[in-house]
Amino acid sequence: MSVGTEDLLKFYYYLLLTRGLEDRVAKLYRQGRILGGCYVGSGEEAISVGSACALESRDVIAPSHRDLGAHLVKGVQPKEYMAQYLGRRTGLTRGKDGNVHFGDLSRHIIGFISPMADGIPVAAGAALAFKIRREPRIAVAYFGDGASSRGDFHEGLNLAAVLTLPIVFICHNNQYAYSVPLSRQMAVPHVADRAKAYGFPTRIIDGNDVLAVYEATREAAVRARSGGGPTFIECETMRMRGHAEHDDASYVPRELLEEWRRKDPIQRFERTLREREVPEESMRAVQVRVLKEIEDAVDFAEKSPLPDAHEALEGVFAT
Amino acid sequence: MEEITYLEAIRQALWEEMDQDERVFLLGEDIGAYGGAFKITKGFLEKFGEERVIDTPLAESGFVGAAIGAALMGMRPVVEMQFADFISCAFDQIVNMAAKHHYRLREPVPMVIRAPYGGRLHAGPFHSQCPEAWFVHSPGLKVVAPSTPYDAKGLLKASIRDPNPVIYCEHKYLYRHAKGEVPSGEYVLPLGEAEVKRQGSDITLITYGAMVQQGLEAADQMSAQGIEVELVDLRTLYPLDTETILASVKKTGKTLIVHEAPQVCGIGAEIAAVIAQEAFRHLDAPVMRLTAPHTPVPFSSPLEDFYLPNAAKIASKLKDLASY
Repeated sequence: MSVGTEDLLKFYYYLLLTRGLEDRVAKLYRQGRILGGCYVGSGEEAISVGSACALESRDVIAPSHRDLGAHLVKGVQPKEYMAQYLGRRTGLTRGKDGNVHFGDLSRHIIGFISPMADGIPVAAGAALAFKIRREPRIAVAYFGDGASSRGDFHEGLNLAAVLTLPIVFICHNNQYAYSVPLSRQMAVPHVADRAKAYGFPTRIIDGNDVLAVYEATREAAVRARSGGGPTFIECETMRMRGHAEHDDASYVPRELLEEWRRKDPIQRFERTLREREVPEESMRAVQVRVLKEIEDAVDFAEKSPLPDAHEALEGVFAT
Repeated sequence: MEEITYLEAIRQALWEEMDQDERVFLLGEDIGAYGGAFKITKGFLEKFGEERVIDTPLAESGFVGAAIGAALMGMRPVVEMQFADFISCAFDQIVNMAAKHHYRLREPVPMVIRAPYGGRLHAGPFHSQCPEAWFVHSPGLKVVAPSTPYDAKGLLKASIRDPNPVIYCEHKYLYRHAKGEVPSGEYVLPLGEAEVKRQGSDITLITYGAMVQQGLEAADQMSAQGIEVELVDLRTLYPLDTETILASVKKTGKTLIVHEAPQVCGIGAEIAAVIAQEAFRHLDAPVMRLTAPHTPVPFSSPLEDFYLPNAAKIASKLKDLASY
C-alpha cells in the first residue's frame, strides 16, 4: 500500500495542527484564558490522525479525550475547538460543555463524555444501526488503557463480537491512567490480552508511527465493512504530559519520558517525509498554514460572544 | 372496544410500532426465541427477524449504550430491561450519555427503556423495586408510568415516537391483573398529561401505576361513607402535569399522594412541594403521603404486605384526612 505525497502532506497537516492547537490551548490555560481543565494528547497524535485518515467520510467515530486529531480529520474547525475551550456560544456545545467534550453527528462524530469507555457500547450501537440498515459504514471507538478496566469496555467489545458488528476498536495504550501505571491497571502485559477474550483479531502496533496506524486501521476497516466483524488495535504510545494540564506528572519516571521523547511521532514523520523526498517547501507551507489557522482560531474564539445566561435552560429536550 | 390485559396492550403497541416504522427495533435479554421473561415479545422474532429482535448478552450497560448509539444514527430502539431492578447496571449510560446528549449537542436520542417494575409478586429486594424517582431526578429523561391497558398502549406508542430517551415503567403486577378496553384502531396518548380517573370534591388522591387500582377501590369505600375522592393518575412522572394536580387540589383543598416507591425524596415529595408553593392558600389540611417505608422491598408475604400501600391503607389515610 503506497501513500502518495498528497496523503503524506495531509497526515503532516493534521499532526501539526493537532499538536499546535493543543500546545496553544495549554498556553492559554497557563495564562488563565480558558475555562476549566485542559486535556491534550501530546505525543499521541499519530493514533487519532492515522486512524481517522483511513476512514470513509460517512464512517462514524466515537473519540476519547486525546483524539483531537480524529476530530480535525472529520472536519471540526480549529476555531470551533478554541471557542469550545473558551466556553463561547460559537463552540461545539454553545458553552453547555467544555474542553474535549464535544461531537457533531453531521460530521459523523459521537460526542465524548467523561465516564471512560462509555463511548464503546455507543459506537457498537452505531455499527449495529449500519448493520441493520445494510449501509456500508463502520464505527470506530477510541479509548485509553485506563478505560479498558471499565465494564463498558468489556460489554461493548463482547456485544460487537457476538453481533459481528462493523467496528474498529482503537486503544491508546499511553501507559498511565491518570497517575496509575499500566501494571496496576491490569495483570496482563497488554490491553490486547484483555480484548483477545472476545474472539476477534487483535493487533499491537507502534502508536507513534502514523503510517503504521493508518495501515492497520485500513485493514481493520476493510474487514469490518465486508462483514468480517470487529478488530482491536492497541497503539503503544506514551502520555507525555499530565492527565490534564494541572497535573505535573511527577509520578512518571523522567527516563521513561526521555525514551519516548526520542520516539516523538511528529519528528519521526518529518524524517519519513524527507526520506520520501517530500519537498521542504511543501512541508514549510503546511507549517505556515497551521500557525495561521491556530492564531485565527484564538482570535475568533476570543472575539466570540459568551452565551446568554438564560441559555442554560435551553435544549434539555428535543422537540 | 376490546378488553385486553395491560401486558397485551404493551405487546400491541410494540408490534404496531415495529410494523409501521422500520427504524423501531428491540434489544434485551431473552426477548427473542424465549419471548421475554414476561412473554411481552412472544412471536416477535418470527415476525420481525433477528436483526430487529436482538437477544443481547447479559450486559445492561452495554446494550443500553448500543441503543443510544443506534438512536444517534436515527434508529428507534426499544430496550427491555428484564426487571427494572437491573436498570441500575445501566445507570451511567442512561443518566450521563443518553440524558445529557441533547443538551450538549442538540442531537436527539429517540429511545425507550421498558422497565418492568413494582412489587406484590413476592419477588424480593431485586425483582420488585420502583426506580422511577432516580430518573425523574435526571434532567433529559422522560418517565412514564401507566396504570391501565388503554394508557399503557397509547403512552408506549408516544414514547417510541418521542425524540427523547424515555423510561417506560410498566408495572409487573398489572401485566395480568389489569384488564380494560382498548380501541382496535390507532391511537396515541400525549406524554406529560395526567388524567382524572375519578371525579370528586372532597379529597384529591394523586398516584400512578399499580396504586391507581388500589386508590380507586379506596375511593369507592369512601364514597359509601359520603366522602368523594378525586383520583389524579399522573401517567407521566416527567414532565409532571402540575396543571392537573393543582386544579384538583384547589378544588378539594386536601391531598393524599400515594406511591409504592420509598418516601424519602420520592415523587410525592416533589408534588407536595409544588402544592405547598402553588396552592398554599387553597389547602385545608397538610399534604399527606402514603408510600413504602425506607427499606428494601422485603420478600415474605407478611413483610411485603406491610411494606406496600393498598386499598385498605389508602382508605384509612383518606379517613384521617377527611376528618382533619
